[in-house]
Amino acid sequence: MSGTTIIEVRTSPHLHGPMTVETIMRHVIYALLPIAAFFSWHFGLSAALLLAVTTAGCVLAEHTACRLSGKRSTVNDYSAAITGLLLGLTLPPGLPLWMAVVGCLVAILPGKLLFGGLGSNVFNPALVGRAFLQAAFPVAVTNYTPGLAANRFVEFIPSTWAVPLMKPAPLNDWLAKVAVDGFTGATPLAMQKFDHIYSELGPLLWGLGPGSLPGCLILLCGAYLVVRGMMDWRITASMIAGAAATGGIFHLVNPALYPDPVWVVFTGGLLLGATFMATDPVASPVTPRGMWIYGLLMGVLTVLIRNLGGLPEGVMYAILFGNALSPLIDRLTPPRPYGARKAQVPQ
Amino acid sequence: MKETAPNPFINGLWRQNPTFVQILGMCPTLAITNSVQNAIAMGLATAFVLICSNGLIAAIRKHVPKQVRIATYIAIIATAVTVTDYLVKAISISVYKALGPFIPLIVANCLVLERAEGFAAKKPVIPSMMDGAGMGLGFAFGLTCLGTVREVLGAGTFLGIHLFGPNFEPWVLFLLPPGGFISLAIWLLIFASYRERKDRRERARAALLTIQPAEVQS
Repeated sequence: MSGTTIIEVRTSPHLHGPMTVETIMRHVIYALLPIAAFFSWHFGLSAALLLAVTTAGCVLAEHTACRLSGKRSTVNDYSAAITGLLLGLTLPPGLPLWMAVVGCLVAILPGKLLFGGLGSNVFNPALVGRAFLQAAFPVAVTNYTPGLAANRFVEFIPSTWAVPLMKPAPLNDWLAKVAVDGFTGATPLAMQKFDHIYSELGPLLWGLGPGSLPGCLILLCGAYLVVRGMMDWRITASMIAGAAATGGIFHLVNPALYPDPVWVVFTGGLLLGATFMATDPVASPVTPRGMWIYGLLMGVLTVLIRNLGGLPEGVMYAILFGNALSPLIDRLTPPRPYGARKAQVPQ
Repeated sequence: MKETAPNPFINGLWRQNPTFVQILGMCPTLAITNSVQNAIAMGLATAFVLICSNGLIAAIRKHVPKQVRIATYIAIIATAVTVTDYLVKAISISVYKALGPFIPLIVANCLVLERAEGFAAKKPVIPSMMDGAGMGLGFAFGLTCLGTVREVLGAGTFLGIHLFGPNFEPWVLFLLPPGGFISLAIWLLIFASYRERKDRRERARAALLTIQPAEVQS
């Protein structure tokens, strides 16, 4: 049939970029690997096993759920593995593994697949899992063990192997054995909030405090994704700026009670949250102005929860709240088409 | 196949289950299902109110003017609730304290008024009481389902009996309000998927019945 042209009629989008979801997700994993490696080196075997279990748990949960509902398995887009890695990084290294598995199931099944899988989830799945664990097992999830223990590559933290559904064994004997002087199990944020003891900033920058990850390393890994054009820097920057500004105001009002902005930014999960969780491309706004509003809002909320709320850390709830608001933010901040006057933009 | 009128008792207990199908009476469902004992007590109290109010309303249904029927029903329901309130207090003061204001609040349970208006106002006394019993026990069944999940996970006990020994790590969340919502969602999911599967099977069977004659012809 020469001379016949086949015209294909399709709906938009007509132009496709060379980057696929799989590529981006694979590079996010590359960016997370140094942080995971540091976490494993700092806390030892238990931490490495925790990361392995959460990653495998999320991937298996997604694969099984897809198969059971008669769909093609969607684990090949790597997003379940990212969820698992992120969930593991937000948990204390000595968390009983059965609790970690519960967190994986909650993150993947109701947090992601119930909404329709990748691209439809309203909230960041890793944070859904973490929020569930925090509400269900508040003691275990906030119980941090000291890092850099001498025997960390030889033996596990005893609470790791708690029997499913049972309480983890008390850590007192183990803590006495690793002989870390004056260790209370509190994170720098908790010590600052409840006892007004400031941890030194230096070790925090390199993630050597209990319960925090290396801020500088996270920023480097985030920068890699930004340079590759796989992540928008606006959300990270505005969230850090929002937290630093709000923290600064609090610090100016009462320096004895509230920490300075640099300390605010480098403690807790703020940098990890701002770099890898708040930027979840599904649950965050897509308009540039919306991203600024979204990031600032989460930064301000984080510091408000930390300074005025009952919990030492507020990044998780701030991001979940931001996720919930992001469709609204998108709707309120439509970009102006090139050449259009303000009045012409439909509201 | 002739559609037969469903047995009002089975209808309330299963086919139109107030918790899982009609999703009525959510306030006590979420509020007091943190233990199996509370759930059963609340379910039985509601069942008792339903039987009394449905029976009484069916008995006087022809004598109540249409314009004042709702007020009449509420007066009857409130009377039954007051009786229940005193009964629970007389039987067990600890259950009475655990259920708190939720026994008097049965009067505001939409399930009770809905059965009065939707069933008892049109049907004779005996079927109305059967309907009340079915709906009430169906409600008790729903509450017990929720209470089981919440008590087993939240405290490691069932009716106060320890299931997992003293080392059980309680899932605090399930005793708190979010646990009510989560366990309700789990049960609704289970029942909805069961119903859908059943519907699909029946549709497939019906489709098969209509196709077969055509195939025979060809």
